[in-house]
Amino acid sequence: MNSNIRNRLLIILALVAASVWALWPRTVTLRERNAATGAFHDTTRTRVPLKKGLDLQGGMYLALEVDDSKQAVADKSEAIDRALKVVRNRIDEFGVSEPVVQKVGNDRIVVELPGIDDRSRAEALVQSSAYLQFQITDKTQALDKALARIDAAVRQGGGATVAAGAKDTTKSASPLNLFSAADSGKAKKDSTGADTTVVAATGGPFSKLIQPGQMPGEYIVAKNDVPTLQSYLDRKEVQAALPPGKAVHWGSEDLDLGNVPYTTLYVVDARPIITGEYLTDAKPQTDPTEGNLVSFKLNQEGGRRFRMETGKHVGDYMAIVLDGRVMGRPPVIQSAIGTSGQITMGRSTLQRTQDLALVLRAGALPVPLKVVESRSIGPSLGQDSIRDGIHAGIAGVTLVVLIMLIYYRFSGLLAVGGLLLYLLFTLALLAGLEATLTLPGLAGLVLSIGIALDANVLIFERIREEMVHGKTVRASIDEGFKHAMSAIIDSNVSTMLTALVLFEVGTGPVKGFAVTLMAGIAASMVSSIFVVRTFFLLWLNRTRGAQTLSI
Amino acid sequence: MLRILHDTKIDFIRLWKVTTVVTLLFIIPGLLFLGVSGYKYSIEFTGGTLMQVRFAKAPNVADVRSTLDNAGIKGAEIAQFGTDLDYVIRAQDPRSIAQQTRGAESVAGKIEAALTTKFGQSAYTVQRTETVGPKVGGELRTKALYAILISFLATLAYLAWRFEWRFGVAAVVATAHDILATLAFIKYTELEISLVVVGGILTMIGYSLNDTIIIFDRVRENLRKRQKVTLYDTLNRSVNETLPRSVLTHATVFATLLALALLGGEVLRPFALVMLFGVVTGTFSSIYVAPPLLLYIERRWPRASESGATSRARTSASPRSGSRPAAASTTSR
Repeated sequence: MNSNIRNRLLIILALVAASVWALWPRTVTLRERNAATGAFHDTTRTRVPLKKGLDLQGGMYLALEVDDSKQAVADKSEAIDRALKVVRNRIDEFGVSEPVVQKVGNDRIVVELPGIDDRSRAEALVQSSAYLQFQITDKTQALDKALARIDAAVRQGGGATVAAGAKDTTKSASPLNLFSAADSGKAKKDSTGADTTVVAATGGPFSKLIQPGQMPGEYIVAKNDVPTLQSYLDRKEVQAALPPGKAVHWGSEDLDLGNVPYTTLYVVDARPIITGEYLTDAKPQTDPTEGNLVSFKLNQEGGRRFRMETGKHVGDYMAIVLDGRVMGRPPVIQSAIGTSGQITMGRSTLQRTQDLALVLRAGALPVPLKVVESRSIGPSLGQDSIRDGIHAGIAGVTLVVLIMLIYYRFSGLLAVGGLLLYLLFTLALLAGLEATLTLPGLAGLVLSIGIALDANVLIFERIREEMVHGKTVRASIDEGFKHAMSAIIDSNVSTMLTALVLFEVGTGPVKGFAVTLMAGIAASMVSSIFVVRTFFLLWLNRTRGAQTLSI
Repeated sequence: MLRILHDTKIDFIRLWKVTTVVTLLFIIPGLLFLGVSGYKYSIEFTGGTLMQVRFAKAPNVADVRSTLDNAGIKGAEIAQFGTDLDYVIRAQDPRSIAQQTRGAESVAGKIEAALTTKFGQSAYTVQRTETVGPKVGGELRTKALYAILISFLATLAYLAWRFEWRFGVAAVVATAHDILATLAFIKYTELEISLVVVGGILTMIGYSLNDTIIIFDRVRENLRKRQKVTLYDTLNRSVNETLPRSVLTHATVFATLLALALLGGEVLRPFALVMLFGVVTGTFSSIYVAPPLLLYIERRWPRASESGATSRARTSASPRSGSRPAAASTTSR
């Protein structure tokens, strides 16, 4: 065996060794969160280091942008940077294994949550503002005094023409996805039945919808009237008529008073005695009498302020307002409160309680975010896709191998040997590049099997031509490889160019396709030119100058 | 050895008039239809909500439709997806998309709620949902258009570098033909334009160009070898010489694509179909569009001197001049 062949074999051996090493299953440590207890724990798993895309393993993809429909945001890029930190904290706390949270372009956050397919929960988790305020309910009956003015404002704006708003609803029961009553921009549903209830008005159009509740600043509103009332509250002239220095928030819970479901409306002092920025910890708890609740701790300064403020308001009711909605019934302040407290969640599920604790810990969003794109793929669909891809791959390889063996016989066998190494190299390259294998990526892989053999076909056809021209086997092989080169390079470059464009332009899955295609081109250059050439040299060496070649 | 179409002497170019008529008859009506009714775009491009649902037992589609209509999801499209248990619901109503961006309850949530009320929680599972806002959709449309344009220009630049302009123009027109034919094909088959289909078109551009390049590579080589032969004969000869390679490569690529189309699943099928057609049109154009066009260009703008012209084919521009065909083949042994 001459040194040339030995060197070639050594190189191939090294490439194979490197590829096998790149693909060898390895142990990875994953941080996971137990869904039931909320506790974190690290698990180790051994697996092949090929990352599967969301479309293959199931999961959620979310694209978020700054929601500037309510207030203009001057520097979106900067706002996104700040929001990114909060979202990342929340996702980390959420305990998804291997999440992706990144800024894309100037004004977008992309979140990938492998293995999560609870769409609404995930959306709520990243979108919730988690702005916490403690506000004292109004004792001065400010709203009652302003009612005449408000009724007048409503009439002036056209009493029953609720439809002017043409609003839609945020009917989510999740405390994480609440609408804020005082917030004028938030759209609410226009129930078509609203007109009739208003037309029959005896009192003022506004005042007839509310009745005093059980504590200062509390009002109860029939559930059916909520959309109407909200549409009034959204009006500019009504907002101007509301008592100054006060804020109006909806309650989070329904009351069962007879047959008709009621909900609560609170008028509170606009100035919060304290906000969530002093919060250091929040934990979900279950109390036998109060149900689910979130207990929280404040830092020293927050504790000091809280103690002082609550000391001034002993006997008053304190509303805990999250994202503009009052959580639970406001408790009465019995004595000054220190550094800890709790938010009762009433009938909310334990999961919601956990999520609330989570977003409170992770901090409030500096700007509201909206979901501009969301995808969720169930895990079973991913498994189906992988299975289909593997089936298509096996069928494709079998057909291709048959074609090559029938047509080229022995040389075809060498090409098939090269093809196996090609597959190994491509997968190793993908693992090495830490590329993500997606469903279109699988398609690219299957397709590239067909394309990879083009180089061998070009070479073999050349060798045949040279042999027809009467050259020796050895010379024909040399010439065949030599002359096919320019065509091979050309064809690979043109495919590479389109793959590059796809990579630049495509999103997620299509990028995966482009990467597989590029890795395939690189691997096929090595396998069909270098590896198959070496096989030929080896064969020539063994047969000591064969006179015939099965090609 | 087994040989297919070996040493053929088919006069391919002679048929160019017939084939031109055939391909125009395929492309023009397709583009006219396109002009009249346009494409169906996936929600990636239009914005909207897609939900893939697997039912426990085959549902009555009319039931599903009325359930969604009652839930206020107007004009949703309900299509079977593979088996009779799998359905895809597409809601592309622009108004509800706009509402959703303003924070309304998601269409996906509404669909789910309606289905649960009608069929019960256990009667179906949601396999996949996609919600795309109008802004993202618009961005993607622009991006996809740019992608096709850029890859067209990139291959153009590559051709300009590798071949002289006559070859380049012929190859570009052949590629443009393939794009138009594929666009017509997509219209005929009513395939939905999705990102995967755009990926198929781009891959098709690369593949078809590749095919043309391989024939032109041979033409260039033959022109240098046999300068007394007419271009007409050289073209024919080159197509014939590369015929076995074309047949073999197209067969292997076709085989893998067929496997993808039949077994690769619903999501990949449109891609495989576009590429399958791409293989056909790519082969066609590199035989019946590019060579006759090259012939036309040569006749319309004859070379100054026959011998000097062919060597202008930019063989020296290649860094691998040692592996160039023609002269090198006799001396390097």
